[in-house]
Amino acid sequence: MSAHRLQSGGLIDRARPLNFTFDGKAYLGFAGDTLASALLANNVTLVGRSFKYHRPRGILSAGSEEPNALVELRGGAWTEPNTRATVAELFDGLQATSQNRFPSLRYDVLSINSALAPLFAAGFYYKTFMWPASFWEKLYEPVIRRAAGLGRHAKLPDPDGYEKSTMFCDVLVIGGGEAGIAAARAARGRVVLCDEAPVLGGQALSDGKAVDLAGLEHVTVLNRTTVFGVYDGGTYGAVERLTDHLPSAPGPRQRLIRIVAKNSVLASGAIERPLVFGDNDLPGVMLAGAVRAYINRYGVAPGKRAVIFLNNDDAACTIATMAAAGIAIAGVIDARPQSSPLVQSLAAAAGVAVFAGAVINRARGGRAVTGAEIMQPGGALVSLPCDLIAMSGGWSPALHLTSHLDGKPHWDDAIAAFVPGRLPPGMSVVGAASGAGINAGIMPLWHAGNAKAKAFVDFQNDVTTTDITLAKQEGFVAVEHLKRYTTLGMATDQGKTANVNAIALMAAATGKPIAQAGTTRFRPPYTPVSIGTLAGPHRGAAFKPARLTPSHEWAQAQGAVFIETGLWLRAQYFPRAGEDWRAATIREVNTVRNAVGLCDVTTLGKIDIQGPDAAKFLDCVYANSWSNLPVGRARYGLMLREDGFVMDDGTCARLGETQFLMTTTTANAAKVMQHLEFCHQVIWPGLDVRFGSVTDQWAQIAVAGPHARRVLEKIVDSDCDISNEALPYMGAMALTICGGLAARLFRLSFSGELAYELAVPARFGHALVRQLMKTGADFNIAPYGTEALGVMRIEKGHPAGPELNGQTTAHDLGMGRLLSGKKDFIGRALAARPALTDPARPTLVGLKPVDGATMLRAGSHLLRPDAATVAANDEGWVSSAAFSPTLGHPIALAMLARGPARHGETIRVYDPVRNGDTLAQVVPPVFYDPSGSRLHA
Amino acid sequence: MRIACPHCGERGLEEFSYHGDATVKRPTDGGAAPTQAWTDYVYFRDNANGPHEELWYHAAGCHAWLVVERNVATHDILRVTQA
Repeated sequence: MSAHRLQSGGLIDRARPLNFTFDGKAYLGFAGDTLASALLANNVTLVGRSFKYHRPRGILSAGSEEPNALVELRGGAWTEPNTRATVAELFDGLQATSQNRFPSLRYDVLSINSALAPLFAAGFYYKTFMWPASFWEKLYEPVIRRAAGLGRHAKLPDPDGYEKSTMFCDVLVIGGGEAGIAAARAARGRVVLCDEAPVLGGQALSDGKAVDLAGLEHVTVLNRTTVFGVYDGGTYGAVERLTDHLPSAPGPRQRLIRIVAKNSVLASGAIERPLVFGDNDLPGVMLAGAVRAYINRYGVAPGKRAVIFLNNDDAACTIATMAAAGIAIAGVIDARPQSSPLVQSLAAAAGVAVFAGAVINRARGGRAVTGAEIMQPGGALVSLPCDLIAMSGGWSPALHLTSHLDGKPHWDDAIAAFVPGRLPPGMSVVGAASGAGINAGIMPLWHAGNAKAKAFVDFQNDVTTTDITLAKQEGFVAVEHLKRYTTLGMATDQGKTANVNAIALMAAATGKPIAQAGTTRFRPPYTPVSIGTLAGPHRGAAFKPARLTPSHEWAQAQGAVFIETGLWLRAQYFPRAGEDWRAATIREVNTVRNAVGLCDVTTLGKIDIQGPDAAKFLDCVYANSWSNLPVGRARYGLMLREDGFVMDDGTCARLGETQFLMTTTTANAAKVMQHLEFCHQVIWPGLDVRFGSVTDQWAQIAVAGPHARRVLEKIVDSDCDISNEALPYMGAMALTICGGLAARLFRLSFSGELAYELAVPARFGHALVRQLMKTGADFNIAPYGTEALGVMRIEKGHPAGPELNGQTTAHDLGMGRLLSGKKDFIGRALAARPALTDPARPTLVGLKPVDGATMLRAGSHLLRPDAATVAANDEGWVSSAAFSPTLGHPIALAMLARGPARHGETIRVYDPVRNGDTLAQVVPPVFYDPSGSRLHA
Repeated sequence: MRIACPHCGERGLEEFSYHGDATVKRPTDGGAAPTQAWTDYVYFRDNANGPHEELWYHAAGCHAWLVVERNVATHDILRVTQA
């Protein structure tokens, strides 16, 4: 049995030894240990170095409030930095490593920071490293980050899995100590009890009391589950640690649970406060309740010879617990002028001397406690040798969750503690968390003695009494200022052991009562939550769903390269042997221009609009007119936002007197649907119209090129006439294909060629593409992707995403004439503002390089050739650019001030970020077939 | 936060999206001119403290536009109706 392990007692299983390492050295613990208890059992008391001063630190507590004992667990990609050793359950093979030390925990060269303490005092970031400014980024910050910091990230992808779930209950009980168990037992309906520990019992286990778990049959108990936040509407955030206590994870590591509870009972207990005295951060200085926990719960004596320092009766039982565990007690230091009968009788029973009215002035020792310097009531100093100081400054209710919805705790003088203020709706607080039954006989003591040695208030952020004095001197007296100036309470433990002492010290320094000083509020999470847990399964490829077109598998088989457009994966180009993207795109464009191509355009949003008022509704939502559109015809539609800017465009076909099929851009499909619903439900509820998205119901394949009709004629059933007369440009018809399959054919063209979009029920999309490829083989049909599509639309001057960027108006796009003057429509009024039709606004033009060869780049600025390159001379920008295979030179669409009036002018295309600087000629935006003769062929 | 959709029942916040003040009313003059009433409708909002009527869209549910009366100081939801 290891040095400090007790022969019997505790909730550990001595029959199940577990091997573990700390900083590479092998140790033995038992099932039921935490890493902290196992380290103490092996007499390892130095476990970390502090944040700023690199002081040796040990184990302060036995719970989730631990500020000091932060270690790195596991290794490689599984590295988990900043883990509190006090809550890390031991498992066989656990590797733990100390943090924030260099080169080793025992010999840390950066402990020199301690000697440089004046540089690191409160506010040091703002004061010490101010000059010269350029040094901050290059020198100070990297050095400070190395010197002052906590653990390091593994910098590898997290190999663990995480999941999310939602629970509903009538009563959520938070905390599984005696009060929580009693509350859960009494609660009716669906009851959920969450406790952060592996077993129920809380403080009772630490005090060696038996815990009655009867009467919980109706309760869903979630162990290892921390309720970390309270949100509106009875919603609670919890994280369940499923496999952190196991050598490897057979399933998800942690589960984020959203609990929706009608009522909740907070039974989170209380957190013991340290006492503030010189060198109170030495390893071996421990909270009295933690000492009891190590003895009673883990069968470990954290020392051989102890001094107990207290100011209340709650800690008195530590005397008996230590005595029973065989720990010699050098003295009980009771800060109260008259020690209580309880302390006196327990001390007498253990044969221990009580120093009433005395305090510990400072702890003695280098890397561990070797003694305590006692200051007697008269000021006389006595030294007591010891290797353990058990301290208790009283308890603070763990009321953090009561404050998450803005409830402000208030100070209760009777128990010298903050107690919950206004509670979140539906929450009640029981047990020590409410302040009940704690701090019997307490005499507040905020700073003991007058030693020059550093007296720590916030252990994790290295904030001392001196920092608080300094903050006060510099005027940062309000608690919120104190917090930010000294960083007190801003570490990963959120000052669970520090805040009350700090507030009391500031109150004392400013001569205010604590009640008036107030407290900062707490925010979620109660204890740190891994980012991985919050992300859950939504990462990597599963971050968002992928929508696949009906021809996806076919395109994959053709070797297509895909591109994400919103949630969709679309074929970008179909490279043949030896082709790069450019060669493939050029070939695909040439195929469409000279023969025939096909492209899956299913991704365009499709909205089926029906009802007697369907045309009227379109008149409302589109800037142009619809009521006069004949059945069997389609029309280009421009949709504005109410502020007069362009929102989206597309075509809309009249399938019947009361039915239209609207298409939207791929990117805006959901947004347009929501917008239409707003217009219908909120603005024009009187219109008799209904609509629904049919994007997923119809596969739609574009067939484009001079041979398009001849290909289609081969698959259209013989009784259907798709001649130029029967289905002219912008015509729409229902028909059957391939022997009776109902389909819709729209004569629409984005490419500028004779082109159609053929729609079939989605399940036939795959077969349709294969059929078209087969039928079109005689005409050299080939598939084309979004890249070729984009080149052809630039050649035709069609605006798309880069031009419809939310900052352009119909006027800017050369479509001002589409705005109907005869009807109300969304955006009508504000589109008429003079500034939105100002000719000086950047307006759509085409550009071609003067040298006929230099590629123009989207994002470049447009300047007069003789103008200085300053923002004031900026006249517009290049929105879309491509190499035009059809014209044989680079082209671009651009937005240029007074654009239409400047055709023929030479403009400078300036791209300083990518060293681009060339001259281009301003031309009309339609580069190819401006008369549209090919469309009508 | 939980919103009791009149069509779907009580649902979590993540199903909804927020779309601002529900009290502004679109002018009914046909929009022939960009009058002050129109700029007020599109741009001007009161920054009220206390109960407030807001537009919420049940995006991951029934697609209804809802008027949610909510106390913006306490986050209490006082009433939910179809817009």
